[in-house]
Order: sequence, then structure tokens, then C-alpha cells
Amino acid sequence: MTDEKVIEVKDLVKKFGSFIANDHLSFNVHRGEIFGFLGANGAGKTTAIRILSGLSKPSSGEVKVAGYDIYRHAEQVKRHIGYMCQKFSLYEDLTVAENIMLYGGIYGMPGKEIKNKTGTLLESLDFTGYRKRIIGDLPLGIRQKLAFAVAIFHKPDIVFLDEPTGGVDPITRRQFWEMIYKAADDGITIFVTTHYMDEAEYCDRVSIMSEGKIIDIDSPAQLKKKYGSPSIQDVFVKIARPANNK
Amino acid sequence: MRTILYLIRKEFIQIFRSKFLSKAVFGVPIVQMVILVPAFTLEIKNIEVCVVDRDMSAESRQLISKLQGSDFFILKHTTFSDNEADAMLHNNQCDLVLHIPENFGRKIIKEGGEKVMVLANAINASSAQLAWNYMRGVIQDYNSDLLIENLQYKPPSRFLIINTSSRFWYNPTLNYKYYMLPGILVILVTAIGLLLAGLNVVREKETGTLEQLNVTPIKKHQFIIAKLVPFLLIGLVDLAFGLVLGKILFNIPFNGSLALLFLFSSFYLIAVLGLALFLSTMSSTQPQYLFLVFFVVMIFVMMSGIFTPTESMPRWAQQFNTINPAAYFMRVIRMIMLKGSGLNDVLPDIKGIILIGIGTISLAIWRYRKTV
Amino acid sequence: MKRLAGFIKKEFIHIFRDFRTLIFLFGIPAAQILIFGFAVRTDIKNAGIAVLDKAKDEISTGLISKLESSDFFILKENLMTDTRIDEVFKTGEIKAVFIFESEFGKTLINEGSANIQIIADGSEPNVANLVTSYSRAIISDYTMELNRAEETSAIPVEPEVKMYYNPNLESQYMFVPGVIAIVLLLTCAMMTSVTITREEEFGTMEVLLVSPLKPIQVILGKVMPYFLLSLIDVVFILFLSWLVFDIPIRGSLILLMLESMLYIMMGLSLGIMISTLARTMQQAMFTSLLGLMLPAIVLSGFVFPVESMPEIYNWLSSIIPPRWFVTIVKNIMVKGTDFSFVIKETFILLAMTLLFITLSTTRFKKRLE
Repeated sequence: MTDEKVIEVKDLVKKFGSFIANDHLSFNVHRGEIFGFLGANGAGKTTAIRILSGLSKPSSGEVKVAGYDIYRHAEQVKRHIGYMCQKFSLYEDLTVAENIMLYGGIYGMPGKEIKNKTGTLLESLDFTGYRKRIIGDLPLGIRQKLAFAVAIFHKPDIVFLDEPTGGVDPITRRQFWEMIYKAADDGITIFVTTHYMDEAEYCDRVSIMSEGKIIDIDSPAQLKKKYGSPSIQDVFVKIARPANNK
Repeated sequence: MRTILYLIRKEFIQIFRSKFLSKAVFGVPIVQMVILVPAFTLEIKNIEVCVVDRDMSAESRQLISKLQGSDFFILKHTTFSDNEADAMLHNNQCDLVLHIPENFGRKIIKEGGEKVMVLANAINASSAQLAWNYMRGVIQDYNSDLLIENLQYKPPSRFLIINTSSRFWYNPTLNYKYYMLPGILVILVTAIGLLLAGLNVVREKETGTLEQLNVTPIKKHQFIIAKLVPFLLIGLVDLAFGLVLGKILFNIPFNGSLALLFLFSSFYLIAVLGLALFLSTMSSTQPQYLFLVFFVVMIFVMMSGIFTPTESMPRWAQQFNTINPAAYFMRVIRMIMLKGSGLNDVLPDIKGIILIGIGTISLAIWRYRKTV
Repeated sequence: MKRLAGFIKKEFIHIFRDFRTLIFLFGIPAAQILIFGFAVRTDIKNAGIAVLDKAKDEISTGLISKLESSDFFILKENLMTDTRIDEVFKTGEIKAVFIFESEFGKTLINEGSANIQIIADGSEPNVANLVTSYSRAIISDYTMELNRAEETSAIPVEPEVKMYYNPNLESQYMFVPGVIAIVLLLTCAMMTSVTITREEEFGTMEVLLVSPLKPIQVILGKVMPYFLLSLIDVVFILFLSWLVFDIPIRGSLILLMLESMLYIMMGLSLGIMISTLARTMQQAMFTSLLGLMLPAIVLSGFVFPVESMPEIYNWLSSIIPPRWFVTIVKNIMVKGTDFSFVIKETFILLAMTLLFITLSTTRFKKRLE
């Protein structure tokens, strides 16, 4: 992790009609950091991640991703990010290799490089046997891991993961997080939303959201200390719940 | 450019991998050709007639045999009873009733003329009209026979006759199949283009892969071209397939330039596919898209003059047809195939279809957003 | 029962929330009625013609102006040479060329007869046919006038016609029953099969099937809204045809509605059967679109006369439900007949409904196992 800021957000507001989904969010994310975005369903996590990845325009506020202004250079931003969303994002009727080839090609990687890297990628995941298998025929855990591998295949600066481990068994979740650590070691910034509190413990820093607002941002250790809680789960219940019950 | 190739490659893999799509692409033309082409006919044949012959004279029998000799009519029943004939008309057992009154023979010979009454079931107005025209023809024939042969009947001293002879160019026997096959090809190409391309995009929306593409640096035009090209090629292949089938099954003539037809078809398909992409931005599920497209295709095809001449349509309909791509294709494919019309003949239509294409593609680009 | 009512209500809300479905339900019948009523003309009007008048005498020009003054034709060009004929046909503007031989008038007067050659563009057979037969009628009228100027001639047999059921020869008596039959088939068979397969594909059908609702209730809940919507559609089409074309219902409205209900039930059971046969939504869509819609439109006899088709199509059309329903609607609406005239058709539709229901229940049971 360095001090270089790869995501700078100041007073980000997103309204849908009169509904305020993101209410003056301000935070920075540093290069190589694993940044967790916590919140109950409907807290505004997905809205925020969609704005940061250029899928949606903010109503107001300043947002810079990978050094580019999201208003003026959304397409530049897209060159430098990877994205994996709640809905499964690989083509189910294509094979593993065909999916990698497609996304590599979209990011302008030369054909030879794609081929070589596909080999090393599948080897490192121990998935060599799946190369020619249709994605739709593979188990969910393997598909999720592949989706992540594809999302960082073009070596983005930042990868956005929107609840990447939804519906996956604990062992695969574990392995998934190992992949995340490895990517972070390679210098990729990880921006991940989740509502699994145990996953939050793996992050360098977490931001806790409730009803469109960021309630607190800090490292898991600091948060636990601040609120005198044994776990992030407990921190979350303490600070997010009261807002929910209003 | 390379990005586009990667995307196009992906579309083709998907299309060929789907057993159902390949069936739809090649099965549909076969079904349409074999089943529908011979069925599309506006010819009226086998008109069933019931005759009420109250006269039973040589003259009335002569008229009836004239009727039987005609290709258009089938003599279903002869009776004396008006009621029986009426009932037959009412029960759909015959299409026409011919009433020959008493003393018919005597009156035409001695008194120089008599009327016969024809009753027609006119629910289907156009076939009733045609049947009536054919009936008049039969009676006219009978009249001239009388004038020429029957010496008892006194013809006027001088009688001028203008003979007409008619010939039908390009399709001497007025074979309806020649006319309908190009029309069916138009429906085929339109439906395949609109359905497959649009459903493809909506499906990507439903499964979430479209969102994934939207966070990549793909440019709008790359996306649109990548969706156009595969379905453009499929449309052209389908057209070629249909032409070959038509040649084999019905020996449909092809008098014009194939290159010109495929050139025009490409412009047409681009216009239609642009529309498909535009409509796909207005639907979030496949059934929604289907319902929308069905509505659009139905209007386009019905207005295009598939079985009736567009020139007979009212002004507003003709004005609508200037923005109806199917109307252009319907006209041009028949002109090129049957009449061998050349580039100069169809130039105005080419200009028109290009303008429509520019319009639909612009709409698609305008409506397709990489942001939500 | 209360559960079922709630379920039906939910399905209704789904349908009405979506404007595309509403366009489909009401836009299609409205557009079809208006297009068939106002735009599609099976006769000709303003057909472009050209003449090649080698005589240019009083009689030929008289006849040309006679042709020109009719509503059917517009004289677009005076040709000078035979070679131009092919050229003008190729632009598509001209449907027929009338060729007058040189000395046309002189020959007619001196020899009592003369020739006109009509060359029509056979690439549009219907137009070619109509153009020649209308122009022949005009020519024979003109001859009659010429003869009358010479000396009155009596015509031995003069036919008169009475057009039953539709004295003004309005085309709507034909297409309104057709539109009802097609639109109902669309809404019933296609919409239900597509929505049911969609639920199956997205797995929501399983959720419904494990719910306390019985399978038959799930299916009922799915099709009930379409039953009601189709009935509304029938009323809508009848109302629209009355409003725009003044089409009366000569027979019993109650009988017509009862028959419509039967036909709707047939359509719904057909839709359910398609959904049990199709594995995916795409299959259901293509099956109902190609296997159902096109044959229904072509073979129900509402645009194309089935009697003139090759024999096999007559047979094919009798296994197509719309054919029978079109007859029922025509009889009740236009002819004003009572039930005794539609018994056969009613029983055929009833038998088809039962067949589809039996087939789909056996298929459905197999699936659940």
C-alpha cells in the first residue's frame, strides 16, 4: 500500500427523484489497498460502486478514479478498472478460454499475450482442465473465481467487486479471498462491497454505510477498538442498526 | 477495429453453439416456403354455384353448360326452389345463386331480352366482386354466341367490336408463387433480423453481461457494429438460402442482378438492425421485446404491400410507407427478381433505404447508453 | 380460493404495469382494424398506365381519355416506341401499357372490328388481373357508346346482382372476424406460453410449485388474467369496429361472447401445451410465432381464400382452430344466424380444447416426476 490516492470522492450525492441513495459521501482509497464497503441491503453500496465504475452518473460531488475525473473522462476510467457484479458476468454459453479471449481483446491485449497469459492464469488457479468447458456447465464457486480472474486479467489499477461471494460456500469464499490478497500484492487496488461481516475483517480499511451515508471509515482493528467491540459484526450492529430502526 | 473483431467472433460462437438458433435461422425459411408460398393466393377459383332453373328450356340449358365450361365455376346444384337455393347460400354451401326465370328462352328469342338474377354471398367483398365479374363474362360470352349463331335472333345491322388481347410480361401465366415468394423472403429477412438481433441484446441485459461490457472501454460504435455485422451476415445467408429453395421448389425466375439485390438487402438489413437495437433499448425482458417487435413487424409488413398494391392505398398510408423500410424492400426485391430492374430503376429506393438506415442507426446510438 | 385470488391479482398487476404488453394487447387489434379498414385495398386505384397510340385518331384518343377519367387509372406516359415498354415496367411506375394499332379508328369503322393490345406487368398478378379486367369493362362500355351512336342494340341476357349480407361490398365484414380470431390466438396462446416458460427458465416456477398453491392453481392463476384480458379484447375490437365502421352484430351478442370464451379457452390450453413442450422461452416464442401465427393468418381464410388453394391446404386449414372460429363469428355477426348454424364448428373447437388440455396435463405430470 502506498499513499498514492487512486480513488478520491468528495461530497458525492446521487438522487433518484426525491430518494437520496448516496448522501455526501467523502473518502479516499490508496493504491494497493483492500477497501471494504459495508452496509445492509439498500444502504447505497451498489449505487456508489456503479458511479465509481462509470456505469452511473453522480448527481453532484467530485469523483476521481485512477486519476481521471468521472464526469469528463468516464471512458478513460474504464480502461483502468475491472468490475465484477452481483449478477454473474461471464458469458455462460462460451468456454472459459473464449471468455478470457473476449475480455482480453476488449481491453486491447495482443492475441499472443492473451494466449500465453490464459495458460499461466489457468495453471495458477489449477483450472487447466476447464479451459474448453462451457461456463454454464461449471459449478458456481469455480465460475466466481474465473469471473474474478477475468476482471483482473488486463491488469487494471482498481477492481470493483460488488458482493462477489454471494451464494458461495465458505471454503470457496476463503479461496476467493486468497485470490484477492494475491491481486492486492500485485498492486491492484481492491474495492469490495459485502454484507458478510467476517469478510470485512480481511480488509485494510472498511467504510460502514447506512441509509446512504458513511457512518465511519477506519481499519477493522481501529473500529473495534473505537466501539469496544470484539468483531466488526458487533461494530456494525452497534452503529448501523440504530439508523435502520428510525 | 480489433476489439470489434473480438466481439463479432464472440457473437458467432454463441449463435452457432445454440442449436435452437441455427434451427431457427435455417428451419424457418423452409417451413415458410413450403407451407406458405402456395397458400398465398388471391386467385378465385372453384366458385360454387347453385342454379335455380325455372325455365328448363334449351336456352337455359345452354347458359348452364356455358357456366359449367368456365374454369372459375363449379355447378354445385340445380333446383326449382328459391328457398332451397337461399338456404344453400346461407349455409355456405355455395357462393353464388343464379336465377333463371320462367319463359327465359322464349323472351330472349321473341322479345329480344330478359334479365337473370345473381345472388352472391358478399361477406368477402373482393371475392364476391370477382365472382360477379366472372359471371358477367360468362353471360357476355353467351350473348355473343347468341348474336353470332342464333339466326332467329336479329342482330342490329352494324355492330362495332373492339377486340382486346392481353399479355402478361415477366409472368405470363400470372403465377402467384412468383409474386409471393419475394414477399415471403421480405418477411423472413425482416423477422430474422429484428428478432434475433434484438433478443440477443435484451438477453445480455437480462443475464448481466451487458453491464459487464459497459464497464469496459468499448465504444458505442464498436458495440453497435459488433451487433450489426453477425446478424447482417445471417440475414444475407438466409436470403440466399431462401432464393435457392425458391428456385428448387417452385422454379422462381431470377431475372435481375444478384449483386444488386444483395447490395440493396444489405442496406435494408442495416436499417432493420438499427431499429432492432433501438427497440432493444426500450425493453428489459425478452417477452417485452417480442411483443414490441411483433407489433412493429406486423404494421410494417401489412403496410408494405405484401399482397395488395401500395398505389391503391390512401395518401396517409403512402406517406407512412416512405419511412417504412419493408415497403422499399418489398417493391425492390420484386422489381429485381421478376423484372430484372437495374441500378438506375431502383436508385430512388436505394437512396430512401439509406436515409432510413441512417435514421435508425442514429436512434440506436442515441438511445444506447453505457451509463444507466 | 382466497390465495388464488391474490395470486391472480399479482399477475394482473404484472401485465398492466408494462406498456409493451398493453401495446400488444390493444395496439395490435387497433392497428390491424385500422390498417385493414383503411389502408389495405384488394382492388386497384390510381394504377399507373401508359399508352402507345400508333393511330392518334378520334376514337383512340376518346378511349384513352375514357381510361384516364376512371378512378382506377392514371395515365403516366405516352410511349413512342415498343422498346420503351420494358423500360417503363422496370421502374415499377407503370402497371399496364395499351397499344393501339395504326389506323385504329379507320379499321374499326371500315371493317367493324379493331384491336387493342394490353400488356400488363405480370410481376404483380393480382394487379395485372384487375387492370386487364377493369380496362376491358371500360373498353366494352366505350364500344357500347359507339354502337349506341350508330344504332341501338338490344342485349339478349342482362344479368343483375344482389350482394347478400354486405350490399355495399365493405371489406370489414371479412377482416373483423379474422382480426378477432388472430388477436385472441396471439394473446392466449403466445402470451401464456411465453410467460410460463419464462417463469420456468428463471426458476420462479419452482418457487410457485413448492408454495401451498396446487399446480392446477398455479396454472389457473397464470392464465386467468389472460382469459379476462382476451374477453376485454373481444369487446374492444367489437366496439372499435362498430365505432369506426358501423359494423353491427346481427346475431346474439351473448352467443358471440360465449363462443369467444370457448375459443379463448382453446387458445389458453394451446398456450399451456406449447409451454409444456418448449424447453426455453425462445423455443416457445418461435413455436408460437411460426408454428401458429403464420399458418393462422394464411390458412384461416380471412385474407386468402382457402378454396382456391391446392387441395392439401384445405385439409391443413381444417386442423387450424381460427378457421372454425372465423366461420362462427361471420355467421353470428354478419349473417345473424343462431346457434344451430354453428353447432359443428362449436364442437370442433370444444374437441380441440379437450385435446390440448389432455395433452398438456400428461406432459406436465411427466415433468413433475
